[in-house]
Amino acid sequence: MGSKNFGARVTRFEDVALVSGKGRYVDDIQIAGTLHAAFLRSPHGHARIKSIDTSAALRCEGVHAVLTAADLPERMRKQRMPLLLPNATMSTLRTQHSLAVDEVCYVGQALAIIVADNRYLAEDALAAIEVEYEVLKAVSDVRAALAAGAPRAHADLDSNVVSEFVMNYGDVDAAFASAPHVFREELWQHRGGGMAMETRGVLAQADVTTDSLTLWSSTQTPHIARRMLAEVLDVDVESIRIIAPDVGGGFGPKAIFYPEDAVVAHASRALGRPVKFIEDRREHFLCATQERDQYWNVEIAVDNDGNILGVRGDMLHDTGAFVPWGIIMPYIAGATMPGPYVVPAYRLACTVAFTNKVATTPVRGAGRPQAVFAMERLMDRVARELRLDPAELRRRNYIRPEQMPYSVGLIFRDGKPLIYDSGDYPRGHDAALDLAGYQGFPERQASARALGRFIGIGVASYVEGTGLGPFEGVTVRILPDGKVRVTSGATSQGQGTRTTLAQIVADRVGCRIEDVAVTIGDTAGIASGVGAFASRLAVNAGSSASIAGDHVRVSILKLASRALGLPESEIDLEDGKAIGRGGNRPAISFGELSRAAQGMPGFSLDAGQPVGLEHTAYFAPTQASYCSGTHVAEVEVDVGTGAVKILNYSVAHDCGNVINPMIVDGQVQGGVAHGIGNALLEWMQYDENAQPLTTTFADYLLPMATDVPTCAIAHVETPSPLNPIGVKGAGEGGTIPAAAAIIAAVENALSPFGVRFAETPLMPNRIVQALEEAGAYAQQVA
Amino acid sequence: MKPAPFEYHAPASLDEAVALLATLDNAKVIAGGQSLVAMMNFRYAMPDHLIDLGNIASLSGLHFDAQILRIGSMTRQREIEFSAALANKVPLLKAALAHVGHRQTRNRGTLGGSLAHADPAAELPTVCLALDAEIEIVGAAGARVVPMRDFTNGFMTTALGYDEILVAVHIRPWRLGHGYSFQEYARRHGDFAVAGAAVLLDANHDGVIERASVALCGVADRPIRRDEAETALVGQVLDESIIARVASLAGDVEATGDIHGDATYRRHLARVLTTRALREASSRMTTKKRETA
Amino acid sequence: MTTTHSISVNINGQTYARVVEARMTLADFLRHEIGLTGTHLGCEHGVCGACTVLIDGRSARSCLTFAVQMNGRTLTTVEGLNVAVGLSPLQQAFQEHHGLQCGFCTSGMLMTLTELLSDNPDPTEQEVREVLTGHLCRCTGYAGPVRAALAAAEHLKGIKGAA
Repeated sequence: MGSKNFGARVTRFEDVALVSGKGRYVDDIQIAGTLHAAFLRSPHGHARIKSIDTSAALRCEGVHAVLTAADLPERMRKQRMPLLLPNATMSTLRTQHSLAVDEVCYVGQALAIIVADNRYLAEDALAAIEVEYEVLKAVSDVRAALAAGAPRAHADLDSNVVSEFVMNYGDVDAAFASAPHVFREELWQHRGGGMAMETRGVLAQADVTTDSLTLWSSTQTPHIARRMLAEVLDVDVESIRIIAPDVGGGFGPKAIFYPEDAVVAHASRALGRPVKFIEDRREHFLCATQERDQYWNVEIAVDNDGNILGVRGDMLHDTGAFVPWGIIMPYIAGATMPGPYVVPAYRLACTVAFTNKVATTPVRGAGRPQAVFAMERLMDRVARELRLDPAELRRRNYIRPEQMPYSVGLIFRDGKPLIYDSGDYPRGHDAALDLAGYQGFPERQASARALGRFIGIGVASYVEGTGLGPFEGVTVRILPDGKVRVTSGATSQGQGTRTTLAQIVADRVGCRIEDVAVTIGDTAGIASGVGAFASRLAVNAGSSASIAGDHVRVSILKLASRALGLPESEIDLEDGKAIGRGGNRPAISFGELSRAAQGMPGFSLDAGQPVGLEHTAYFAPTQASYCSGTHVAEVEVDVGTGAVKILNYSVAHDCGNVINPMIVDGQVQGGVAHGIGNALLEWMQYDENAQPLTTTFADYLLPMATDVPTCAIAHVETPSPLNPIGVKGAGEGGTIPAAAAIIAAVENALSPFGVRFAETPLMPNRIVQALEEAGAYAQQVA
Repeated sequence: MKPAPFEYHAPASLDEAVALLATLDNAKVIAGGQSLVAMMNFRYAMPDHLIDLGNIASLSGLHFDAQILRIGSMTRQREIEFSAALANKVPLLKAALAHVGHRQTRNRGTLGGSLAHADPAAELPTVCLALDAEIEIVGAAGARVVPMRDFTNGFMTTALGYDEILVAVHIRPWRLGHGYSFQEYARRHGDFAVAGAAVLLDANHDGVIERASVALCGVADRPIRRDEAETALVGQVLDESIIARVASLAGDVEATGDIHGDATYRRHLARVLTTRALREASSRMTTKKRETA
Repeated sequence: MTTTHSISVNINGQTYARVVEARMTLADFLRHEIGLTGTHLGCEHGVCGACTVLIDGRSARSCLTFAVQMNGRTLTTVEGLNVAVGLSPLQQAFQEHHGLQCGFCTSGMLMTLTELLSDNPDPTEQEVREVLTGHLCRCTGYAGPVRAALAAAEHLKGIKGAA
């Protein structure tokens, strides 16, 4: 059994359809008779609904239904959406109603659905719904939410606090009390969106003849969505099939089950017609979940050589108006902060509070970018204060490879002790510095400055818990035509999951990769499933694919041994055939074996003969596996305008064994682009009434092709011992340290002026303001 | 984000278009549609009638005579960008077009559409202002010509009457060899400017500035000329101290702020970008040959 | 108030006659009336570029154009790029160089790059990046599309050189 495909740069078989315009995204699925939905959404950050009059809307051309909460079945009307991830520290478990009942708590919250012949007509009718609101005070800034007299995000709650918890180990106060140096930083990171290029979408088709419901959804998590939908609609979970067809990017917000999805499903059942809802971009800005608002007040204690003695502080997390995914992001942030360093003592006190903004849930990185930003800003501060090279300071503090597995001392988000399974942080660090030409940078910087140019370099390292459970299943089945069918609860929003699973299975069973047909994202494909988030599919689904493939291989060999009259040890599986070694190399195809494995009607199978050539494996990791990396950003700052240009970007990345380097490089590069957006461009701005101000792509700025350089990428492979294929996740690492590295580089570029930055996104006007305050313009640098 | 219903009209002549505009209620002219249709998709603009100028051939194209360049309002930005004659006679236009939107929007977007839309951060109105362009307008009451200085008269508002159509832009090219520069800062390639500066310079054979034009975008509710800066330039031979003084004058404006930058930042940018534009324009300027007796 | 109009438009070499409502955007027309769903809508306000098609050979946003304006025009969509033997060199390059991940923005990029390579068979990386600023991509970080465009240009030059 070779590994012809595992580890190889295999081009993706998703691509041929996609580059030909033959992808099938939700909105591309067109069923005759489909009606189209639009939602009436709150224009206020916080208001009481006094009355809704839908009668005029019902009379509009082409309108089939207008539903408000009052029109929903009792259970849907009364119950809030299920909370996916409860947590004992949460004092307030508050999720949305399917449609707002008597109060709206963020701009964009849905009050009513209009179902019409097409979306144009549905939007026309929106204007005809009359709502009387009593506008309530809204809370926009999470820091203000904690003040004694602050408006409440929900009128019936006594407090905006959702949860307060402390993560700690070691005697951190003692460490600080005796430390020679203590440095404190106040930092914040602002919220942005997932901004997949395909917005959310759902097409529901209720079938009254079978009392079943099919939902095509751009979800990252079809099995979870099915469970939640069954609960909301109060129907048998197995009467629902959810299919995630081609999905145009996910990045976290599509992992959430949204109230609108349930309302659309209900509308289809009520009307007996397929109903489609495609979120438009404005709605995506208003209603798709966002992430990253956190305020950090942290300090670090170090000895005279820069060795870390302790880290402590507090952090405030803005969860928005609801908590559909619990308090996962602040928790992950707290667990991520110690990172790749030996931090002997640690304490972070976290507060999670409501505001009248759309809920925050994981967006690529999920709390980790904020934590890495906090830790790396502290490290840069230490380096500056102790006059150490920032890279050298990090090198002194890394956990050594011989310390693996390394127990940090915390409990991770998966409920298991935070134990780094593998990694070689110094090696990754050196690899990134080599790619970046770090040694030669001072010379480059000096030459640039002689020409009046300001270039700088920044380094950031991180450790990321990936491959979270509970499980993901894979079924491998040899079909009568010899093709190998693979199904899984895994999903893909562009990660090439079909190709990577095929690579694994082709190697295990011994067939050509083009003979593997992968079906994912369909609840009908496999009994149980979880979905794509937390960089988990290579670990979970990849391992299951390997295990299932091995089982099928065993069955093939057993059957082939009988058919060929040879011992199993003398049979090779190649190109979809079992081939006897030696002699005239007798062979039998997988197709023939598959047919034989089905037996003949009425005849008994031989004793011990496998029934069908198939196996389903559900790999369930015992804990997270920890990927790591170091990023080096080299930037140029235009001191006249405050513009930052990224000149070079280097990444050393350890996701364990690499299944497909082309795909992993693509994940890293794309992740870095997202990080560049977070660092410099993407600012989801709200006014003091929690009214969003940046709801177009002209105001909320995504990185463009001229903003993102092609990264230099090195793979450091320390295989994870926790799964059979030695992999760790790769989907988010590109994003996690990017902002930290870029802001460090900007500071370094501007070191002649001694300006400091503690926030992202770092806007050009902020850079100019800092330079102005530092007196830079008195020196005629522009 | 689907537009509200409207009636569509595609007149074949300017007269027909003007007549429609004069008689229909809540009618709007569509040129390239690159701003208008986005506003209609958001339902920020909800005209009952849309009058498409796309079939009126006389509105497109570039015409040169001895002194005046006439650019039809429906001339696509792309055509201006790739016109060799324009690059030669009015190089500032081409320089500014490099910052206007993206290839895909310049293929459809028109000069007239940009001027009529009058976004205060837009490049083309600023360049037309710097060039002292004249705007040819036709309406039910007849034709008139409005200097660009009087054409934009507020935030996204112009001198165009409700029944008037922008027909053409007249530009008097500067002497061949004049200095020109368009400098802007936008957050990303192709975005509207946070601020920008257009500069034109001409000097005599001794390098003494005889004629200067300085216009800014993005700092006020409309593109603005900086007369004080121009006055300070004329009669000078440019050096760094004069550039600094002029840029400082140029940047001394009542600026407006928005989510992409406050007024202080925009004043700062006006100064920095004017400095850069003056330097570049000066370096591009070929001084006049000394007249021989 | 709603008016309909008869239009005739050539799309990917085939002529279609349809009656359309004035307000129907070209993107919705292509997707829902003609069934060419390879043209995607990512923002409907002309920034993301996913809906880019060629109008008389020129790249343009189909969300910022009304179908009624296309009477008598010639359009090319991503479905018109495939050649008899399968993928065009540009499409192949996108597969070979990992020019796409989710594929949603890809159709638009392919249309713009088709126009670029016909205008300028030997673009620099900077020129490729500048035309791609008309397209937002959240997956790739643009490295793959840029590589693919440059590789396709090389390939096409080779074909021309051989001819």
